[in-house]
Amino acid sequence: MTKVTVAEEWLNSCSGCEIAILNVGDVLVDLLVNNLDFVHIPVLIDKKYFGQTGEEKELSIPEAVVGIVSGGVRNEEHKEVLLEMRKKCQILIALGTCATNGGIPALLNMYSDEDLKQFYYKDSPTTDPADYPTEHIPPLLDRCYALDEFVKVDLSLPGCPPHPDWIAGAILALLDGKTDYKMPERSVCDACPTIRESKKGIEDIKRLYESAEFDPEKPLNEMRCLLEQGLLCLGPVTCVGCGGTKGAPRCISARVPCRGCYGPIRKGAKPLVDYMGALASIGFDPNKMLDRRGYLSRFSGAHGVLKKLG
Amino acid sequence: MGKTLNIAPITRIEGHASVSIHLDDTGNVSDARMHVLSLRGFEQFVLGRPVEEVPRIVNRICGICPWQHHLASNKAADECLGVELPPTGKKLRELCQMMAYIPDKILHFYFLAAPDFVLGPDADYSVRNVVGIVGANPELAKKVVHMRYKGQMMLEKFAGKVIHPIAGVVGGFSKPLLEEERKEILAGIQELKDFCVFTIKFAREEVFPKYLDAVKILGVFPSGYIGTVRPSDGALELYDGELRLMDQNGNYDQFKYSEYVDYIGEHTEPWSYLKFPYAKKWGQLKLDENDPVGVYRSNTLARINVCDKMATPMAQEELDIFRKAFGRPTHLTLLYHWARLIELVQCCERAEELLNDPEITGREYRAKNIQPRAGEGVGCVEAPRGTLIHHYKTDDNGMVTMANLIVGTTHNNAPMNLSVKQAAKALIKDGKYDQGILNRVEMAIRAYDP
Repeated sequence: MTKVTVAEEWLNSCSGCEIAILNVGDVLVDLLVNNLDFVHIPVLIDKKYFGQTGEEKELSIPEAVVGIVSGGVRNEEHKEVLLEMRKKCQILIALGTCATNGGIPALLNMYSDEDLKQFYYKDSPTTDPADYPTEHIPPLLDRCYALDEFVKVDLSLPGCPPHPDWIAGAILALLDGKTDYKMPERSVCDACPTIRESKKGIEDIKRLYESAEFDPEKPLNEMRCLLEQGLLCLGPVTCVGCGGTKGAPRCISARVPCRGCYGPIRKGAKPLVDYMGALASIGFDPNKMLDRRGYLSRFSGAHGVLKKLG
Repeated sequence: MGKTLNIAPITRIEGHASVSIHLDDTGNVSDARMHVLSLRGFEQFVLGRPVEEVPRIVNRICGICPWQHHLASNKAADECLGVELPPTGKKLRELCQMMAYIPDKILHFYFLAAPDFVLGPDADYSVRNVVGIVGANPELAKKVVHMRYKGQMMLEKFAGKVIHPIAGVVGGFSKPLLEEERKEILAGIQELKDFCVFTIKFAREEVFPKYLDAVKILGVFPSGYIGTVRPSDGALELYDGELRLMDQNGNYDQFKYSEYVDYIGEHTEPWSYLKFPYAKKWGQLKLDENDPVGVYRSNTLARINVCDKMATPMAQEELDIFRKAFGRPTHLTLLYHWARLIELVQCCERAEELLNDPEITGREYRAKNIQPRAGEGVGCVEAPRGTLIHHYKTDDNGMVTMANLIVGTTHNNAPMNLSVKQAAKALIKDGKYDQGILNRVEMAIRAYDP
């Protein structure tokens, strides 16, 4: 059997998506031996952009059938690498919520780079004030972008990190010649086994320093919905999948509420508006909500969703 | 006319960096630098967030060590809100940290570092990687993948998420450990311990000896070290203790987390987004590999150097062997790999101790009646790459107003640069270099990885 060539890159990212790939587990060794030929993946293989001795002038990544990119786009180098990946790969996968929606680092879109640099290079309590660095480092873009703001993305696997079930599922589907692999367009609540009583009467939203009520000896399906307990839970407006193809939502398993790490349920959804509706439906005045943007757009600040304050 | 070699990306490390090596017209190295190319801005975008949410945000600083950021952040948030943890909550956090460490150290040794040692630094790049390791020793490779996976999944099953965790909460932990869970995890940890003890013996006897010559020269320079120790006896601590900052001769200051600003300063160079922390008391930072000033290192070798002893018996036996061979402090950069495996043994033993502690299954795992308030907190833990310092201030409503972070990689910015410069100058002479030589320069960086 001929192996399928794969190139992988990470941009404005943390490497959690790459660890999630490794968490595919025992199957991964077989895939590596029999099915996949990684021609470029910086975390594992020493393929260089400017030739192996660093003497070429143009950044180059080898051609591959499948390209996987994690992380959003935050500086000129990320953009250059992304464009090169798109040029060299037949099928481009956006892996993780940073790639699909900007992820946590896109929270920065609420602030100015000047404020960031002012603190980081001048005002921080440990820093000797200095001019901002500019040499031999890629300039920052005006904000943090998702991949599809620059290139066509063929397949999106959100999640922070994506569950290995979806990564393995997408790889196996591609090996099978199927290119239309897609995450289900349902909410986290759809996979959540907790009890919902749909009774109104929540007056105050509890903050995360308060505990959920539950009996630890009893399974999740005997715990009351955390949102109904008054804990802010982003389940209703978040794409399902964090527990894999079958499991319960992972934050709920730890008895803490969802924060939306899989991003919106479908492209173009408006979690902020939808969530206000969900809060109103359980009797809570949404205008009383604290740090609304920081909760409701925590993982999806690209695409112009989060803008600079004032 | 000289030229510049642009080695990008640095590979088999977890993160984004490049190296530029500047050659003069005789083909010798005039300078070499490691550039960190990214500035994500966590210090900025946690401002205005409720402090109890921050441990669920800053874990995204690193996908390799999310638990350590999660826990350091929780500690800082606890302090801002003035919360005292019940012992069970504290122990559950530490248990998770130990469980997070084990698969990470296995990953680093076998998948990221070993290709240089097992396949050799001059092997072609197409085989000098994990796939090459699988080819060279398929049985062991399968076992490695399986053990690492098992470690990750045990933690995920108990704590909900293993990457970007959520179960550490202000006041303690989000759920208790049930007796049946305890038994299952303990059995898994014992199996992992056996594998880890095998690993250090295998490395000590069959992998490292062949490269002792390289160990003695590659990326070596004298420096200081930072790490956490147990205040009562100076034993190596990963979760909680006091910071110890040791100079290159072995003299040290020991201080509480909140005093870090008195000891650590940060300098900026125009050619890297990442700042360069230095030891304030030793003078202004000087990035000279022959006569460095202010430079200290973090991560495994640093912790092994600053501690008086290991906290567990089998790890102590390994430290005895190590110290007999290399002394204290030792400045040999490639020994980071060896030191990493000594810590791995301690992590397994410490996890076992915690699981055998009756308090671990206690039902008071989280403080109650927490209220927002204006406060300040400095939370530290030891992460794979080194000491994490999370320093926050909050307003009356418990919202973050200041966040200063110094993380493992940042501490090592100056030393990584010196190691690169030292290695490049020693290896590249009269315009002669090839991919094997340049890979050796990268090996000097890889040593500092998680």
